Formats: sequence, C-alpha cells, structure tokens
Amino acid sequence: MNQTKSIMIVGVGGQGTLLASRILGHAIIRQGFDVKVSEVHGMSQRGGSVVTYVRFGDRVDSPIVDLGQADVILSFEQLEAARYLPYLKEGGKLITNTQQIDPMPVITGAAAYPQGLIEKMKACGADVLAIDALSLAEEAGSTKAINVVLIGVLSQYMDFKAEVWNEAINECVPKKFLEINQKAFALGASYERG
Amino acid sequence: MKQLMLGNEAVARGLFEAGCGVASSYPGTPSTEITEEAAKYDEIYCEWAPNEKVAMEVAIGASIGGRRSFCAMKHVGLNVAADPLFTASYTGVNAGLVIAVADDPGMHSSQNEQDSRHYAIASKVPMLEPSDSAECKAFTKRAYELSEQFDTPVILRLSTRIAHSQSLVDVEPRQELPLKPYVKNPQKYVMMPGMAKKKHPVVEKRTCDLTAYAETCDLNVEIMGDTKIGIIANGPSFQYAREAMGDRASYLKLGMVHPLPVEKIRSFASKVETLYVIEELDDVIESHVRALGIPVHGKDLFPLIGEISQNMVKEKLTGETAAVESIGEEIPGRPPVMCAGCPHRGLFYTLSKNKVMVSGDIGCYTLGALAPLAAMDTTVCMGASISGLHGFNKARGEESESRSVAVIGDSTFMHSGMTSLANVAYNASNSTVIILDNSITGMTGHQQNPTTGYNIKGDPAAKISLEKVCEAMGIRRVQVVDPYDLKTCDQVLKEELAAKEPSVIISRRPCALLKYVKYNPPFTVNADKCRGCQSCMKIGCPAISIKNKKAVVDQTQCVGCGLCSSLCAFDAFDKGGNQA
Repeated sequence: MNQTKSIMIVGVGGQGTLLASRILGHAIIRQGFDVKVSEVHGMSQRGGSVVTYVRFGDRVDSPIVDLGQADVILSFEQLEAARYLPYLKEGGKLITNTQQIDPMPVITGAAAYPQGLIEKMKACGADVLAIDALSLAEEAGSTKAINVVLIGVLSQYMDFKAEVWNEAINECVPKKFLEINQKAFALGASYERG
Repeated sequence: MKQLMLGNEAVARGLFEAGCGVASSYPGTPSTEITEEAAKYDEIYCEWAPNEKVAMEVAIGASIGGRRSFCAMKHVGLNVAADPLFTASYTGVNAGLVIAVADDPGMHSSQNEQDSRHYAIASKVPMLEPSDSAECKAFTKRAYELSEQFDTPVILRLSTRIAHSQSLVDVEPRQELPLKPYVKNPQKYVMMPGMAKKKHPVVEKRTCDLTAYAETCDLNVEIMGDTKIGIIANGPSFQYAREAMGDRASYLKLGMVHPLPVEKIRSFASKVETLYVIEELDDVIESHVRALGIPVHGKDLFPLIGEISQNMVKEKLTGETAAVESIGEEIPGRPPVMCAGCPHRGLFYTLSKNKVMVSGDIGCYTLGALAPLAAMDTTVCMGASISGLHGFNKARGEESESRSVAVIGDSTFMHSGMTSLANVAYNASNSTVIILDNSITGMTGHQQNPTTGYNIKGDPAAKISLEKVCEAMGIRRVQVVDPYDLKTCDQVLKEELAAKEPSVIISRRPCALLKYVKYNPPFTVNADKCRGCQSCMKIGCPAISIKNKKAVVDQTQCVGCGLCSSLCAFDAFDKGGNQA
C-alpha cells in the first residue's frame, strides 16, 4: 500500500550526519520524488545520539521512520547501528562505519561498550555491511569526510544516476572542500561490498 | 523547482512573501530557525529580543505602527509572553500580527511538555497548525490575512516534527505592502477598565465569527476513504494517521485548531462508523467533540504523553504490529554532554568539589546536572536559579547561604535573571550568584544576545556589561574568573560563599564551539607517568577515557584546554606540540 522508501542516518552529534542527509535530500529531489527529511536539533547535538529520517516516494506522509520500517540504515558508529537496529525492515540493509566512540556511561565506567556488535547484528538476521569509513576518509584527504564516504556506499543501494549524486554534492559542499568530498564519494561508491 | 525547506524555514519564507516588516524573537528549540532564516531577508527587520515577552511587545508595537509583524518562541516562551498576548487579544491589530509557538512533544529539548493550544483557548485568539513545510508557508500567509480580517493576533502552532522536518515548498514573490497609517485610538489601544470592558464583548463576538469561518474554510478539510473509520487529526498526527491507514479510513484534517468548527465535525461524524480523534499531548479536540455529544475514541487509546507515530496508529486502530529485530542486550545510552573544552566544565568541577547546593537554570550548563559532575540540585525555568536560591536561603537561613549558589548563563541572565538579582539585592539574601558568561546563547545553536556585542545579523551592537548591571543593582562584590583556572575558581568561590552580603561571580570564557576561539594542540598521556588514578575522569570530558588502566586522550576531540592536566598529580598529560 505504502511505497514510501525510508532511510535512517544515525551517528554521534558532531560526526557530520547533517551534511549526509542534505546531500541525500538534494539527490532525491533531483530524481523527482516527494521527500521529507527530519531530524532533531538542540540538546542532542552535544555529543549525543543523533538520527535523521529521510523518506521519499510519490507522496510522503509521516516525516519520521518507525520501528521495522527502514529500508536502509546508514550508521556512522557501531553502537548507534545496534541502537537503531529495531528500525530496520525485514530484508533491509544496514551499512555501518566500524568506528567506535565511547558514550559517557562507558567513559565513566558505568557501562561497558558491547563487544562483537557486528556479529551480533548479523546473528539476528540483519543484512550488515561493515566498513572502515574513517580510513577511506583519510585516504580522501580529511577524517571529516566520513559522511560523504558513507553516502558513496549508500549510493550503491540506490537506483540514482551518477550525475544526480555529483550535482547534489556540488550543491551541498563548500567549494574549497569539493575535491576531497568528490574523492570521498568515489571511494565509497566503488567500495567492494564483498 | 520546489525547494526542500525546514518547516521553520518555510515559516520564514511565508513571512517574506506576506510582506512582514518586523520580527522580534527569543531563541528556543524548536522555534529558533524561523527568525534566523527571516534575518536572511533584508526586507524584514529582525532582532533577538532579551526574552519572549519583550519580543511579543515589540511585535505588538510594530503591528500598531502599521507593519505586518511577527514573533516566535518555544512553548515555554509563551508562558513568559502570556501577559501581552492576553491583552493584545483585546486591542487587536493595525497591520497583521502573527505569533509562532513551537511545542515539543516528547521533550527532545525542553523542560516540560505543555500543549500551547490551551493558550489560544484562554486568550481567545485563533490558532493555525500546519502539518508540513508547504503548509508552514501557506498558513503563515493565511494567518496575516485572518489577523487583519478579524482584527486579532493569530498564533501559528508548530511542533518539533513539523518545525524540524524538511519537505517541498513552492516559492512565490513577496507582496510589498505600504506602511499602514497610524491613527491615535485610545479606545482600541489603551486597555484600562473603561475601554477593556467595551472590548471584551468584541472579542467574544470575534470568536463566534471565527467559528463560522472554521465551518467553511479550506484550512479544515475532509479527505474521504473507507467510512468504517473516521479520524479527526491535526499537525503531525494527521501525517501519522494517513500513513498508517491510507484509504482504509476517512479524515477530517484540522488546520485551524482554535476555534474548532461544530457543524463540520457533526457532518463528518455522521458519515463514518467509528470516530477517532488523534492528537498529540492534551485531549483538546476530543473534549470539544465529546461536548457536542458525539461518541469518540481518543485518549482511551492514545497517550497524553510524548509523540504519536504511524505504528502506534496502526496498532491502536487495526491491531497490526511491526516486526522488530534487536540484539537483545542493553545498549549503553549516549546522553548529550558538555563538549571537550567547554568553559562550563571547570566551574562545575569546582562546584562539585565544594559540594554546594546548586540552584540551576536553562542552557547547555544544565548538563552539569549529569554524572560525573552532578553539580545541580534544581532546574525549573529561565531565571529561576537566582530567585529560587533566594527563596531557598530565606527558608534555611544563614548556614545555607554559605553552602549554596545559583548558576545562570549570560543569555538567560538577560532573559529573566536580572529581576531575580534585583530581588536578591533588595531583599538582602547573602546569596552567591554565578553568571556563566560564554559570550553566546549556546544550547539553541549560537545566537547573539545583549551581552555579546553583536546583533542577529552579526553586525556590531551595544554590549551590556554584566559587571556594571550587577553593580548598578547594588551588588558590591563582583568577581570575574576564568573557568579554565581551577585554582582561582576554587579560591573565589570560597571567598564569596563566606561573604556576608550578596555576591556575583562571573565565570567568563567563550563557548569552545565559537568560530573565533583558537584551540591548543591536543594533549597526550605519558603512559609511564599515568598511574591510572582516574582523577582526570572527574571532569566528564568526552575526550578522555581509560584504556588498559591508563588515561587516553582522543586526539580528534581534545581542544587542549588543559583542565585534565591541572588535575593530574603525576604530571602525566603532555601539552600537544611539545614532543613533535
């Protein structure tokens, strides 16, 4: 009944998830879809867990993605991938950066960072692609380009033309960082899924 | 081509297109971006006011002066601005006056979950509620038309999911409006008993006229599908309902949430078998429907608390549930934290160490309440740190005065801390007030305020001196400290707690995220010197963790503030750049 596609971009405040969702939103418009992009600003930006919902189709109603509804989850950090796993649809794709960032309860010793998260997520049936986006971002020329590397990986799962992504990156990225980001996108887009 | 716009950005576009000329607001999540975006249009005079009451009064004045005007605030800001609102309802307008208020169901960034629709009812002012960005723009423009047609302020109600969601908007040109003539009219604009008594019946008649408008206007629309289920919904709830039920239900979407229509609801109810009201927070529409004697489901199924979602609607109406996978173990939370290099950290460490009672306030520094600093006892509302401490000390006497402080940010102090400090000085409690001056309004994302020396456009502006304000109020003891200097912070705190008169400590250092703040190279840990004592962990810095019983500094986060180093008894932290 509902043909709306749902993508979630999750990570830690300060990791650059907002730029990733901007690029994705612009690419979707260029494909001619209706689209809604939703995120919470304010307190959660201070190093907290952040999530952006991106939805597109002929007509999008709800601006948020609900449990069991995401076609793709694009995670910037392992723990956040596990946190939002319940939003993944049956048969959905989970792409996660392998980076681990300790949250405050782990830093203070009140909790432990769970081990073997990728295997655990696979064990509960999720189709997981784990990727060291930080290394690819470094290869592109800046650790900050993790977001565009991951958008490049995501592009492998979207039926959009290459020029649509190019134009979206041109629109959203400041000129002086354009070259690094184009390289970052290319590295993500050509990443061997294995 | 249609543009992807945040709901807040679309409201700003609506202001531009409607010919709005004056906007005055105080920042508050999730309303802040409206005025930030409006300030990008040179045609609209925009400003940050010290608080929402001032902002609304500026907008009222501009409306009387003949320009379409605007103010925006978060839900709790409307509490502050309620005073002018209730009487502006009586005076009405000259040029249109629109007030945007953004509610925060789910409390993503708020201290309570109040439902602003009650204010529309109580102040007898019409309220519109959009459900996507296109409506944000269209309803803003409609609000100006209604304001002038019915001689009333109009409230535009948003909620987080509308304000902070982007969807497609068509842009149109601005309607340039001439300045309306101002004609002195005390019967309309001077609200004293003689005049107000004549205005109240006008307000009551206006509500009747607006109800008649609500019956026929295109803000309230029927969308018919299967008639077994009928749903009345507003704002984001409409979107959740429509996604969950599609053509399996019929809808009455209410874009005007006050006053509510009567006949339109009766007519819709008569066409469907089972009627539901789906609305976030309070049962405002449901109560109205019940009062009409129409059987309806609402809060018997849906919560008074938090947000609704498409899955929730589907489950309550059809019993269908979503399949959900999870790794089946507890995942540590990731609460927001003070940033690495945050100037608040050193001051809160000092408070934590001295074990004082801390009367807190609203801002980034409210995060000082969380472990490991855990240096906050109360947080109520903007300004309550100082007045609350005064009351606490009056209740508990002299001993309490030497063991308690209030903490308040620079912007919050301008917002409503000054009157509280006047009370401390005037009614003489020996309270110690700490102003956390980080030279910006931080939590809402860096807005200027009267103490920063810049206006909303970033141009130089008058800069209020916190020291002089305190002194002018009769506070004789005012000391300024650098919160990176832990030793002096500790010494000054002890001095001021001991002082037998009111005192103010200004903890001054700009927010570490401000663009002009220069960082030092990141510190590193000399593993041979580190004993693993974890003294450095007491400050709750997100850049420091313990790996294999030794402290480790995250090189991507550390800004070289040096707090960790000044706490280390073994000199284990090396300044960055020294070892290269």
